[in-house]
Amino acid sequence: MLERPGGPTGPGRSGGIRMFLLRRILQGLLVLLLVSIVVFAATQALPGDPARAILGRSATPTSLANLREQLHLNRPVVTQYLTWAVGLLHGDAGRSFSAQEPVTKYLSDRFVNTGFLLLCAGLISIPLSIVLGAYAALWRDRPFDVITGLFTLVLAALPEFVVGLVLVVLFATTVFPVLPAVIVIPPGGRPWDQPLGLILPIVTLVLAVTPYVARIMRASMVEVLESDYVEMARLKGLPERLVLRRHALPNALGPTFQVIAINLAYLAGGVIVVEYIFNFAGIGGALRNAVADHDIPVVQALAMAIAALYVVLNLLADIGTIVVTPRLRTRL
Amino acid sequence: MVKPTIVVDRLHIGIQGSNLDIVNDLSFSIAPGEVLGLVGESGSGKTTVGLALLGHARRGAEIRGGSVRIGDISVLELSQAERQRLRGRVISYVPQDPASALNPALRIGTQLREVLEAHNYGKSAEERRTRIAEMMREVALPDTGRFLRNYPHELSGGQQQRIGLAIAFACRPRVIVLDEPTTGLDVTTQAHVLDTVRDLATAHGVAALYVSHDLAVVGTLASRVAVMYAGRIIELGPASEMFQGSSHPYTQRLIVAIPHLTGGRELVGIAGHAPSPGNRPSGCAFEPRCTFAIAECRIGMPELRAIADVHDVRCIRAEEVRSQAPTRGGEIPRDGSREVIQPVLSLQGVNAGYRRRTVLHDINLEIAPHECLALVGESGSGKTTLARSIAGLHGDRWGVITYKGTPLANVARARPREIRRSIQYVFQNPYGSLNPRRTIRQIISQPLEVFGHVEKHQIDRRVAEMLERVSLTAGYANRFPDQLSGGERQRVAIARALICEPSVLICDEVTSALDVSVQAAIVELLHSLQRDLGLSMLFVTHNLPLVRSIAQRVAVMSHGHIVELGGVAQVLEAPKNDYTSRLLSDTPSLEVALETAVS
Amino acid sequence: MAVVSQVLTPEILGAPKPVGSLLRRALRLRRTQIGLGLALFILAIALIGPRLAPHDPSAFVGTPSSTSVPGALFGTDHIGQDVWSRFLSGGLTILVLAAVSTALGLILGISVGLVSAYSRNVLDDILMRIMDVILAFPQIMLALVAIATVGPNPLTIILAVGLTTMPRVARVTRGAAQPVVERDFVAAAEAIGVPRARIMLSEIFPNILSPLLVEASLRLTYAIGVIAALAFLGFTTNPGAPDWGLMINENRIALTVQPWGVVLPVAAIALLTMGTGLVGDGIARAAAGIDRSRGAG
Repeated sequence: MLERPGGPTGPGRSGGIRMFLLRRILQGLLVLLLVSIVVFAATQALPGDPARAILGRSATPTSLANLREQLHLNRPVVTQYLTWAVGLLHGDAGRSFSAQEPVTKYLSDRFVNTGFLLLCAGLISIPLSIVLGAYAALWRDRPFDVITGLFTLVLAALPEFVVGLVLVVLFATTVFPVLPAVIVIPPGGRPWDQPLGLILPIVTLVLAVTPYVARIMRASMVEVLESDYVEMARLKGLPERLVLRRHALPNALGPTFQVIAINLAYLAGGVIVVEYIFNFAGIGGALRNAVADHDIPVVQALAMAIAALYVVLNLLADIGTIVVTPRLRTRL
Repeated sequence: MVKPTIVVDRLHIGIQGSNLDIVNDLSFSIAPGEVLGLVGESGSGKTTVGLALLGHARRGAEIRGGSVRIGDISVLELSQAERQRLRGRVISYVPQDPASALNPALRIGTQLREVLEAHNYGKSAEERRTRIAEMMREVALPDTGRFLRNYPHELSGGQQQRIGLAIAFACRPRVIVLDEPTTGLDVTTQAHVLDTVRDLATAHGVAALYVSHDLAVVGTLASRVAVMYAGRIIELGPASEMFQGSSHPYTQRLIVAIPHLTGGRELVGIAGHAPSPGNRPSGCAFEPRCTFAIAECRIGMPELRAIADVHDVRCIRAEEVRSQAPTRGGEIPRDGSREVIQPVLSLQGVNAGYRRRTVLHDINLEIAPHECLALVGESGSGKTTLARSIAGLHGDRWGVITYKGTPLANVARARPREIRRSIQYVFQNPYGSLNPRRTIRQIISQPLEVFGHVEKHQIDRRVAEMLERVSLTAGYANRFPDQLSGGERQRVAIARALICEPSVLICDEVTSALDVSVQAAIVELLHSLQRDLGLSMLFVTHNLPLVRSIAQRVAVMSHGHIVELGGVAQVLEAPKNDYTSRLLSDTPSLEVALETAVS
Repeated sequence: MAVVSQVLTPEILGAPKPVGSLLRRALRLRRTQIGLGLALFILAIALIGPRLAPHDPSAFVGTPSSTSVPGALFGTDHIGQDVWSRFLSGGLTILVLAAVSTALGLILGISVGLVSAYSRNVLDDILMRIMDVILAFPQIMLALVAIATVGPNPLTIILAVGLTTMPRVARVTRGAAQPVVERDFVAAAEAIGVPRARIMLSEIFPNILSPLLVEASLRLTYAIGVIAALAFLGFTTNPGAPDWGLMINENRIALTVQPWGVVLPVAAIALLTMGTGLVGDGIARAAAGIDRSRGAG
């Protein structure tokens, strides 16, 4: 007889959950701290001369010296880092080189715009992928499953900019030119003033995320549907709808939360390319321009923002998993 | 004659997408309040039969013919929705693994209540609450709301299984199918669960099918027994007749393979293994392994015919089989007085921990040269931890373990090569102890390579020798573990352990994952190897009766302590410790079952 | 635990799965064949294309963004270069960068994952925390951050993509290796004193090849996507040199009048990534044993 792991454990301690959350938040902050070091190292602490890289070969010694002064490059690396980090905590991310204004002011509108885009994409893709994955598992090996399986496989492999461009070619320029190929938001305007222009960018983002999550959801659901307890529920004579709703779905969702979080964070990267394609005035476009212009402060600020988003999403995913998996709650 | 509650007629189940059969020509009936034991080893198809009574077939299997009638209802002709209404209400199922059969995300109260709700049992929520409380008392669990709010993982294995029973009996069904419900439970809990099943069945007049591989358990519970082999029933009759005078060669051999609590006897296994659906011979399926076989047996499948009043057998030589007593193994000589010799292994004040808990407390033990010491205990007793500590697989240990006087380091890697060679270990799980990516030759020769005192060209010869030693042919060397049965894999594991000629062999529950007949064959093998090679052996097991067939002395463990130590005969016949006595009385035994059997 | 697995013993299902036979079984599936075909086709274009180009990719052959230029099969691009020649020469850089960075990521990631899974102690925690830090970035993000300072040279791109591939591979490796580490044959090797490195390489690693092969093809697919995207955003290693990603961006303006400048490279990247994606899925299915349905997969 195979040895069984420990006997009955006590009922859950809610203190345990609080401690767990605290630990996870501290872990997240630690990760952010380390990330900031990495970001800083990748931008200002690399070998070679950042000033020269920024200004190019034709820079005069004077302008180089001025830039070095501006970037505090003459101070020890650690001081540079601390100046920047402390500034961040106070909401000061420095000044953008190209825009010649504080980074926060430069980016604030764009944050809202991109946030709106991501929100729409998330609100559509998450339920869509869960439903697709669940039904594909339920109707396993039948036409619906086979076809969605193929579609998700292909879409998951294609880079987002390819998907976006194909959509542009199909619906904006060449095949059925009905939608605008780019979205023009006048300064002070908001993306939701141009609903038609939003369609293609949002669809591109949705198509970037949904296939992968749908496949994971399907795999998770298949495993749950094959489980002993779902079989037992059926053998108890429970109606099929109840079996799916109460026994199958909640247990399939647990592992999927992590994947959803990872993919939403991935969207933060995908949005860079998508915004560029559609000329969307968001942080993706800002990042692209900042990299081209060697606008270090903007790059640093955006990198930290995206990393922070990732950490927050992971934390939410962990909480979600704990909520759906009582077993984990009592082990804390 | 009482009208039977359930009648199964010529049930036929096959593998989807092929013309292979899992179960064929299966017929039996069960009267109200009666328990029918369905016995078979792996591959016999018994679980498939159990599920088919509820009109359910697992993925890959399909019910192809026959009928299952409960009263006027013909289960196999019902629609899906009608079957759903039937299950849980008229016929219920108690699964083998209670832990995985309960939804880990739902409280047990919910899982109990939903059975009642789904079948509209009771006229109000209040009535259902009363019924649930009643059910909990029937299975000897607390009937408080507090307890019902627990999640499955907060319960012990025994409690989980009782919940399974409660769910099955909730709507007072007429038939219950129990699928090995006590596998994985320790002996004492198993005894309680069996009592509960018996009481509930008799009290409510329920017809029960008890599926199991454990003849001893079936013997204590069932009044009639059906034995399955290769998808067919080969013998069906009253329990007492079956066990005292079985009429089929397979049943006979099965009974002889069961370890006996009283009287040490060598176990005799059955050579070979049961054929899988693709490989069943056209004649009698047991013929290749049968000592009674004659040419006629290969011609066609024998019919199930009556040999006595309510006793059917599927064998053309059944009358002769019945009259011949089965060949039992020889007596194992009782341990005589021992001279004091330098022990080969000695443990003094050994403690071990596991994740900040101490699981072994102050163990003192000695193993003499050429002796087999059995280490017996239930799960959680610490016997595996002790075995692993000796082998160097458990790092968190303090206290002294010496081998021939030399103290042993905690971890095997820190021990000198000679000692690593001299102490070898055979693992419990034959499906996990062999690397699936390596051939049998590579697996068996691995110790030779590590201890390196054999020439390259000699390796093949040594491997072939060892394979013969463990009763496998040299042709096995090129196969992969996936291609071997559980018993064959365990033989390979033994070959691997013995190829470097160790002095000490530690066997950790090496037969627990195997069928009874295979277990007997492996124990037979180990016993002869131990004698021939003069090995000192530590044989760890939870199966008390097994101890008599291989060991001279036995140590009984409980909660990390050794509670009794002595010669096998003395400990098993006149135990000094209460725990040992209780363990002995809770162990289902065929002899006891025979004495109390009701025909 | 299903009765089917009890009953369908290996005698029915046939031989077990060492790697060679896994790949062979994957190749019997239609999807793997199609995927491999696509990938090899595009690979051939990328490798041999430059030799077959009718014109020098940087030579001026006619009016910019025009489809009716004699000698230019698919017309000219935004500054008058031959689209077909630039297309044939534009895949090599992407493929080489993607292959090298994936290889780097795999070697590092598998090593970290194996050590992490096998050590089961503080080392595991430390390694995984480090991986978490790198995982906090989408792949393209870290590359962009590095490029912001030092510019888009090959080493930077390879390191950026390779280092961001490492933690993803490490996670998968660790996840696959952990159950294997718990199995008794690893303990059996430890009991006779086999050195740790040897156990990782010859006991654990061969047993996680299937998920790793799938992950490798996945990583290659994404690496191609990231590097092409970087080029699309304007960050190529050699400005002006032909590059599929760059071509797409440059010729976007003229999309309505001269689609080929965009369509050809988009099609190439799409087919390539679909190909590697299909191959990966084929291997996954073969490993799961779904290939029983004779090539219908």
